[in-house]
Amino acid sequence: MSDRVATKAQLPAERLLEVRNLKKYFPIKGGAFGRTVGAVKAVDDVSLHVDTGEILSLVGESGCGKTTTSRCVLRAMDPTSGEVLFRRGPDDVIDVAKLPNRELRPLWREMQMIFQDPFGSLNPRKNLFEIIGEPLLVNGVAKRQERMDRVAELLSLVGLRGEYMHRYPHAFSGGQRQRVVIARALALNPKLVVADEAVSALDVSVQAQILNLLLELQDRLGLSYMFVAHDLSIVKHISHRVAVMYVGKIVETAKTEPLFEAPLHPYTSALMGAVPQADPRRRSEMLRLEGEVANPANPPSGCYFHPRCPYANERCMTEAPALREVRPDHFVACHRAEELDLPGIEHGSALPVYQQAATAN
Amino acid sequence: MPQTPTATEPPVAAATPLLSVRDLKTYFELDDGTVRAVDGVSFDVMPGEVLGIVGESGCGKSITMKSILRLVAAPGRIVGGEILYRPDQTGRARGKESEVDLVKLRKDGRRMRNIRGGEIALIPQEPMASFSPLHTIGEQIVETIRLHQNVTAREARAMAIDRLREVGVPSPEERIDSYSWQLSGGLRQRAIIAMALSCRPKLLVADEPTTAIDVTTQAQVLSLLRDLQEEHGSSIIFITHDLGVIAQVADRVVVMYLGRVMERGPVDDIFHNPKHPYTKALLRSVPNMNSEPRALLPTIEGSIPHPLHKPRGCPFHPRCADAIPGVCDVHVPALYPESDEQPVACFLFHREVADE
Repeated sequence: MSDRVATKAQLPAERLLEVRNLKKYFPIKGGAFGRTVGAVKAVDDVSLHVDTGEILSLVGESGCGKTTTSRCVLRAMDPTSGEVLFRRGPDDVIDVAKLPNRELRPLWREMQMIFQDPFGSLNPRKNLFEIIGEPLLVNGVAKRQERMDRVAELLSLVGLRGEYMHRYPHAFSGGQRQRVVIARALALNPKLVVADEAVSALDVSVQAQILNLLLELQDRLGLSYMFVAHDLSIVKHISHRVAVMYVGKIVETAKTEPLFEAPLHPYTSALMGAVPQADPRRRSEMLRLEGEVANPANPPSGCYFHPRCPYANERCMTEAPALREVRPDHFVACHRAEELDLPGIEHGSALPVYQQAATAN
Repeated sequence: MPQTPTATEPPVAAATPLLSVRDLKTYFELDDGTVRAVDGVSFDVMPGEVLGIVGESGCGKSITMKSILRLVAAPGRIVGGEILYRPDQTGRARGKESEVDLVKLRKDGRRMRNIRGGEIALIPQEPMASFSPLHTIGEQIVETIRLHQNVTAREARAMAIDRLREVGVPSPEERIDSYSWQLSGGLRQRAIIAMALSCRPKLLVADEPTTAIDVTTQAQVLSLLRDLQEEHGSSIIFITHDLGVIAQVADRVVVMYLGRVMERGPVDDIFHNPKHPYTKALLRSVPNMNSEPRALLPTIEGSIPHPLHKPRGCPFHPRCADAIPGVCDVHVPALYPESDEQPVACFLFHREVADE
C-alpha cells in the first residue's frame, strides 16, 4: 500500500500508462545442479508511455521482447524490476508491477487484451453469450437479463447481430471471431486495450474491416491502445506513436509521422526498407539488411545492432548507446544519430493509380 | 523426325509453357457435401518466369499447388482437367517425352516420384516442420539427391555443400552436419531452399515461403530466390496472400477467389490496371506505406463464404459493389478472352459464361 501512496500523482494528467525501466530476465539453468548460469534479457530497461486516447505501437522482429513487454504491463507475467504506472482515476495512479496478486482482478477490468489467434482464444464449447458474458458475471453482473442486454449491445458495437449470442464460435469466420474477441475485451469498459498482433492472422479483406473497427471504437469510446505488431504498414496506418524494439531494448521512439519520414536509427530505417511494397514498379527499394536478429541470451558487445549496422564504427562495438532525445519528442539509441541521414518513407510519393483514386474519395 | 538440339534455342521454344494447367478441378467429398476447392482453374507457367498465385484463405491456391505435385490426399481428388508438363523444352531430344499430363500419372508411380522433388520441387511454408529433427540437414539433402540422381554418397555430400553455399549458408562444410533445430529461422529457410534446389528442378513451387519469417529475413530470402531464378533460369510458382511480396517477385500474377481464377496478367497490369472488382478491392484494402494515417480503409463487405456454401453464379457477387442483378448471381463468368494477356472472369467486361 505504501507504494501506492508513494507513486500517487506522479504522472502528467494526460498520461494513462507509464512504464519506467522495465526489466524481465529469464534465468538460464545449466550444469549438473541446475544452477542459474546466465539470463536472457528479454526486456532490458524499457521505458514508454501511453496517453489517454492514444495508440502506441510496439514494433520489432520476433524475439525482440515486444510481447514480453506487453505481458508485463498487464501483469500476465511478473517483471524482474521496473515500474508500470497506470492511472485509474484523476488522482489514483498505481504501480501495476508491485500490485499484490489479489488486486490484479479489479485491475484487469481496466486493462484488456486482444490476442492474435481468433481460433485459439475462444472456447469452442461456449456460445457467444457465455463467452462475452463471462467477464460480466465474474465482475458481479449477476442478473441474466442484464448480461444478455449488455452482450447484445456489445455485439452490435462490433458489428455483429445480437441474435448471434446463442451461436458457437465454429459458426463464425476468422474476422467475425476477432470481432467476438474484441467484444469480450470491451465488456467491462476498459481504459487500455493491449492488442498483440490482433490482425496478423486475418485475411487481407477482413484485416481492413477489423482495423477500421478498432479505430472507430477508439474514437467512440475514448480507448487507448497498445498495439504489438510486426507489420510496419499497419503500424504506420494506425498509430499516433511508435516504439521500435531490438533485442529487448527500445532503439527509437517518436510520433508516427516524423519517425517514418526521418528515422534516426539505422535499424528502423532498415525495417522500413525491408517492407515489400505492393507496387511492382518499386522493386529496387527493398533494401537488404545482412545477418539476423542477435540472440538475447548472448548479445553482442556495445550496441546490439552493430554487427548488422552498415554505419557501425569502433565506439558502437564497445559502448552501448543510451536512449536520448535527439529531436523534440524523438528519442533514439544510436551514437551516430546526428550525423546520419537515413532513408524513411516519403509520404504520398508515387501512389499507384488505384490508390490515388481511393484517397481522393 | 526430331533433330538434335542446337546450341542456340529456337525462339519458338520460349513460347512453349513449361506447365499448362487446364480447367483443373480438385474436389473434396465430405459427409456434408462436396467442397469444390479448385473449380476450373487454368494458367500457364513459362520457362524462366515467376508466376505469382495470390488469394485469401479458401481460394484454392494451396490445393492447386498440391494438385500439381500430386499430393492431394483423400477425401480430395482431381476430378477433371489437365496438368501438362513439358520437361523437354526444345521438343526435339530423341526418346524424351515432350509432354506429359500429370493428372494421368499414378501419384505414387515411378514417373511421378521422379518428377516430384527432382523436376518439380516444393519450398514449403513451415521450415520447422519440413526437416526431420532426428537427422542432420545434410543427411536429408543427400537423401533427396541420391533418390533422383545416380551419384555416390560422397559426391552427393559435395553437391549438398555446394547447394548450401549457393543459398548463402555460412561455412556450409560445418553447417551440413547440424540439425534443423540448431539453425535460426533464416538459415533453416535457406537450408529448405537448398534442399528444393538440390536436383536443379525445372519448376520450383514456393508455398508461402516467407510467411513465417521476419521482415528483414523475408527481404533476404526474396532477393535470394530472385537471384537463383535469374542464375538458373528455372520457373517458380510463388503462392502467397501477401500482395507486397507478389509485387516484389512475380512476373505474372493469377488472382484466385473461392476456387476460381478471377483475373490473371502481367504483374504491372494487375497492380496498376486491375480489371476485376475483387482485385481492385483487394488492392485498396491493404494499408499501404502511403495511406492516410488512421483514415478508415476501403473494405470489402462481408466475409469469405464457407467453401460448402459457395454462392451461385460468380463466387464474388455477394460482396461485389458492381454486381449486375439477374446476371452475376445466376451465371458463372468465364475467364475471357483466353488469348488475351490479361483475361478476366467478370460480366462487366464480357458476357462469356463458363462451362459448368
